[in-house]
Amino acid sequence: MSDRPIRVLVAKPGLDGHDRGAKIVARALRDAGMEVIYTGLRQTPEQIVNAAVQEDVDAIGISILSGAHNTLLPRICQMLREQGMDDVLVVVGGIIPHEDAHSLKQAGVAEIFQPGASTQSIVDFIRSHTRRTALGETASEAGGGPAR
Amino acid sequence: MAKENQAEAVSCTDASGRRVSPAEREWQENVLKHALKRSPERQSVFTTSSGLPFEPLYTPADLPGFEYERELGDPGEFPFTRGAHATMYRGKPWTMRQFSGFGTPEETNQRLRYLLDQGQTGLSIAFDLPTLMGYDSDHPLAEGEVGKCGVAVSSLEDMETLLQGIPLESVSVSMTINSPAAILWAMYLAAAEKAGADWKRISGTLQNDILKEYIAQKEYIFPPSPSMRLVADTIAFAAREAPRWNPISISGYHIREAGSTAVQELAFTLRDGVEYVEWAQRAGLDVDDFAPRLSFFFNSHNDLFEEVAKFRAARKVWARVMRERFGAKNPRSWMCRFHVQTAGCSLTAQQPYNNVVRTAVQALAAVLGGAQSLHTNALDEAWALPTESAARLALRTQQVLAHESGLTEVADPLGGSYMVEKLTLETERACWKYFEQIDSLGGMVAAIEQGFPQKEIHDAAYAYQQAVERKERIVVGVNGFVSEEERPIETLTVSERAPAEQRRKLAELRKRRDDVRLRSTLQALGGAAASNANLMPYLLECVRSYATLGEMCGVLRQVFGTYKEPAFR
Repeated sequence: MSDRPIRVLVAKPGLDGHDRGAKIVARALRDAGMEVIYTGLRQTPEQIVNAAVQEDVDAIGISILSGAHNTLLPRICQMLREQGMDDVLVVVGGIIPHEDAHSLKQAGVAEIFQPGASTQSIVDFIRSHTRRTALGETASEAGGGPAR
Repeated sequence: MAKENQAEAVSCTDASGRRVSPAEREWQENVLKHALKRSPERQSVFTTSSGLPFEPLYTPADLPGFEYERELGDPGEFPFTRGAHATMYRGKPWTMRQFSGFGTPEETNQRLRYLLDQGQTGLSIAFDLPTLMGYDSDHPLAEGEVGKCGVAVSSLEDMETLLQGIPLESVSVSMTINSPAAILWAMYLAAAEKAGADWKRISGTLQNDILKEYIAQKEYIFPPSPSMRLVADTIAFAAREAPRWNPISISGYHIREAGSTAVQELAFTLRDGVEYVEWAQRAGLDVDDFAPRLSFFFNSHNDLFEEVAKFRAARKVWARVMRERFGAKNPRSWMCRFHVQTAGCSLTAQQPYNNVVRTAVQALAAVLGGAQSLHTNALDEAWALPTESAARLALRTQQVLAHESGLTEVADPLGGSYMVEKLTLETERACWKYFEQIDSLGGMVAAIEQGFPQKEIHDAAYAYQQAVERKERIVVGVNGFVSEEERPIETLTVSERAPAEQRRKLAELRKRRDDVRLRSTLQALGGAAASNANLMPYLLECVRSYATLGEMCGVLRQVFGTYKEPAFR
């Protein structure tokens, strides 16, 4: 694999406009040396998956606080599989009740970060779970680049 | 007393440059210095969450030249620092106005009637996201969102159902709706008309604050100019047709939730207020015809004294703005009346019962700050909409404060505290500084288009997050005092009936309507939107012909276009 930095799509599906979390995570991932593409608000699952394909990302960080996670997240995971991109890591943050966590993980979400999760824990999780890490790149090599 | 006299007579500065009285200087030298040797201070700097300094001690020397009449005034008197009303809570405690709405209009109507049966005198309605974004319940983008975080209302029929059996002339109804506020208000007015309620007698509040949507909450549809015109139309229509209605609730709540400091919340909100006044004046209104009906909505966060100072400074700054900048003559135009909600963003998913305590402290700040009405959040809201028992405990928190704490017996009980007065002055000063900056950018709409408030807020939010991660700020249960094992709490599940039920009702409505009338009212709306006419009468005609929210917004989208925010880098 090339030694390019980990590429992450930060995506906001659903109709809510609460972008504080998405923007903080995007900035923290950049500060940790990753390349981050932020979709902007109110993206459909189709738009998110298209952006993931075009940008050839290693991970998608989805922020959703609207309550529509049970409808939208499984669809995103399903479409990723259809595109042959099931090795793209999908992590989620937002207002997600305990009861929904299990089915979302079954649908393909790798991790759910609740309010209060540190950006460091998100950086660490993405570094240690993206496909390129699995292919042999160590976590320490993945980080440390200049912030964009 | 001796100390005060000395302060009046003469003052000097201490090692840190702070102005102190000779007596305090002496105390610093003879007492404090030795004490600090034994137990040094915990931190090198102490600040509020907005970065205003906390001095080790406040004395009369911190308030040089402080004039009671100029800085405070009595309650109900300019500049209203001590309260909007003379009697404050001795006359009437604040209104406990809990926000609710979910599922279908039928479900929310039942909840509203239940709340009234429990003795609540005001209602506050939450709409779902499709409604907030101007989409009908059967729009493809509404999938998964219908009835989720509020009630779905797509037509006059839904509004009639929502309000059925509610005495509209005696109950005030607050509606949290912004971009399509004019349309939802037209539905409300038409429903009131059909129920035989007099527009001159109904009362309530539209949030209708589009500027904070661009700044913080991001539920916008149209670009700023046509959006501001819609706001001005509702203000003008209210002044003429529904004089007891508050056509706008200028909101800092969401700005704070997006991560701003207390000072930014205050400054951006009041500067938004200035912008609305200017637009209403440009629409031909006299300031005293509408300013008494402008209302405000603030957040109350954890930093108790900073919050109290913010609320006091809000009244003071607004009074000056209205009297001096706009030349308002009616004292009611000078008054900043506001609703407060405790800080949703302060709630933690970890150890959720801690949230009850946070909310109580925040509610205390709101009451000490002289709020007119208050919503307290429930302990489980970092997980989901509140359960009934969590919502009840939130209301009980207010009732304990109102009935057991003695807080309601005196107006502005913290007035005269050296520290609170100093913080109030500093908050005010910082607010004026932002005013200057925004004025120099060409006003708030121009500042938003340049991304100024958005960037200020994002930087503050990021700095806060970093401070938490470095443990410079401790959040109990999150980065300190963490429990290893946490049992999940029970959360509310909203029934999944709403989407199908709403789709069915809309399909029937679309079949039943008089299509000829519908087309002509929508066409007239389009024509009016392209002119300078006040759109309220046209929206009312559309609503009466049972045009849906989505159809009306569709027409306006065609004429106005839609807004896309500048890319975030």
